Amino acid sequence: MTDEQIKQAIIGIINDINPDEDTSNINPGERLRDQLDLDSMDFLDIVMELRKRYGVHVPDTDYEHLASLDSCVGYLRDKMAGKELVS
Amino acid sequence: MSHYDAIIIGAGMSGLGAGIRLAMFDKRVVVLERHYVWGGLNSFYQYKGHQFDVGLHAMTNYAERGAKGLPLTRLLKQLRIRWDELDLHQQGHSAVSFPGAKLKFSNDFELLRSEVATAFPDQIDGFDALTTAVREFNELDLTAPTLNAREIVESHISNPMLVDMIFCPLMFYGSARENDMDWDQFVVMFKSIFFEGFARPQAGVRHILKLLIDRYRKAGGELRMKTGVQRVLHENGRAIGVELDNGETLTADTVLSSAGLVETEKLCGAASLAARAGQRPAPQGKLSFTETINVLDKPAREIGIDETIIFFSNTERFNYAKPDALCDTSSGVICMPGNFDLPEPPNDHLVRITNIANFDRWNELKRNSGADIPVRAEADARTGMSAPPDAYNTAKREWYTRSCDHVLGHIPDFRPHTKLVDMFTPRTIRHYTGHEGGAVYGSPTKRRTGASGIEGLYIIGTDQGFLGIIGAMLSGISMANRWVLQRDNATVETT
Ligand SMILES: Cc1cc2nc3c(=O)[nH]c(=O)nc-3n(C[C@H](O)[C@H](O)[C@H](O)COP(=O)(O)OP(=O)(O)OC[C@H]3O[C@@H](n4cnc5c(N)ncnc54)[C@H](O)[C@@H]3O)c2cc1C
Repeated sequence: MTDEQIKQAIIGIINDINPDEDTSNINPGERLRDQLDLDSMDFLDIVMELRKRYGVHVPDTDYEHLASLDSCVGYLRDKMAGKELVS
Repeated sequence: MSHYDAIIIGAGMSGLGAGIRLAMFDKRVVVLERHYVWGGLNSFYQYKGHQFDVGLHAMTNYAERGAKGLPLTRLLKQLRIRWDELDLHQQGHSAVSFPGAKLKFSNDFELLRSEVATAFPDQIDGFDALTTAVREFNELDLTAPTLNAREIVESHISNPMLVDMIFCPLMFYGSARENDMDWDQFVVMFKSIFFEGFARPQAGVRHILKLLIDRYRKAGGELRMKTGVQRVLHENGRAIGVELDNGETLTADTVLSSAGLVETEKLCGAASLAARAGQRPAPQGKLSFTETINVLDKPAREIGIDETIIFFSNTERFNYAKPDALCDTSSGVICMPGNFDLPEPPNDHLVRITNIANFDRWNELKRNSGADIPVRAEADARTGMSAPPDAYNTAKREWYTRSCDHVLGHIPDFRPHTKLVDMFTPRTIRHYTGHEGGAVYGSPTKRRTGASGIEGLYIIGTDQGFLGIIGAMLSGISMANRWVLQRDNATVETT
């Protein structure tokens, strides 16, 4: 999966969690929490969807790496290597 | 014998909320419901061709689409429901009505504030201070110490009637304690009613329940109706499953119970649960209600009733306590479901009246088997029914009359426009939901973390501490997250 696709994967999950949210203008360098209505319950959902869709496990202690789209890419690049984007 | 990741007792708001979460993440989950319809305390029924909701006056916690950080939005995200799908329509305005004083409120908090400023000019600074205290309190922090709300409210507001006027709607819509509330519960209710406000779907609770059931089934959850749980099975302090009314046994890693705390303790063999938690058995809740539903021949607005909901007391001091008599008709809630901003006229024009009632008194009345007789005497003549009323139905008729008489200081006389009446009592609530004592808001003892004293068995819904439609659903969701999904995520092997 390319870096761009990893971002797509995360945005796809956020869209499913909150269809009422506008995700078209997310700044990849900025914390997701500061741009969107995401609380800790939602981060649990992102983590569980990553596991359900891509078989990727993110332990509690690594949640901080999911703070922004850029940090997601950095953290997930190896874990997502060779996986197909699920839409 | 079937084994599940989780068994959920009860297909009410909390059970369905929890069920959806678990099914969504591919857990093997079953919801077991003793009744033949879902919804629990907020179910629905049909009476003489009319569709009635059991509980729904209003959904509290109204939030606009996309509003950030509010309970309703949190719930929608967790269940993956779009805001539109709820079909919410806001109230016009409601009121708290006491002798000589009336405070209107709506989903715009400013209305209530200006009403207080006008009616109680010397109290507005205190009211503002109270509002700030409520705003700043984080009710989601489950570790905060339990404080008494009355003490805090009285420290800001010196007029006793205003104190009671503020408490009145919050207690009626969510207090398991007599004449006081836990401060965190007060904050939850204050925000959900005064800051956020009321709305409802055109089709009432049926609409919400259909959404939940569809979502649950689509996610692959199993639902078994007419399936009561007789016992929760546990070994060495760990829940292992349940035994059903028909003797069948189901096993599971986790059991979530929305039956109520006292009721769940009973399902476990009462003593063992409380003893393990190092606690005394939970006290049974005392607060139950009667509800009368009047079907009018024209919209309530046409007979001069403009409010959506009126919370009233006919005495300056509001007494929120189990009455000695069958009912306490000196206070109550009057709901006009047709006075929400509905896009289409409702099927029926209703006036619903809720009064506090005494379960034991209603329960001891003799009741003949067979169909209920109409609540109003005139109706007998019309339908030609001549069955001699039993004590239970006689009492219903008597208290129906009083209940109507005692709201007339707050709304115009609607009685000549009443076509049909139904009334249910604490006994009805007990019968259909299994809540001991018909205790709508459960035990005054809550289990905020869900822990029951038995590993693997958790309390969800009313007795976890979040109640009402939105609260109960959030309770089920957060307990499913905490005790199943989060744990699961924490224990997966990292590869
Ligand atoms: C008259 C009335 C008016 C109300 N008005 C409103 C309102 O306007 N707005 C609002 O938000 N809330 C209102 N409520 C409150 C709201 O309905 C409840 O707080 C909420 O529905 C509680 O949900 P729950 O899931 O905690 O419990 P419940 O709804 O009680 O769910 C528990 C379920 O478990 C089942 N069960 C119990 N024991 C067993 C067993 N052993 N085996 C199998 N199944 C079992 C029961 O049948 C029930 O279906 C009202 C309630 C009443 C009674």
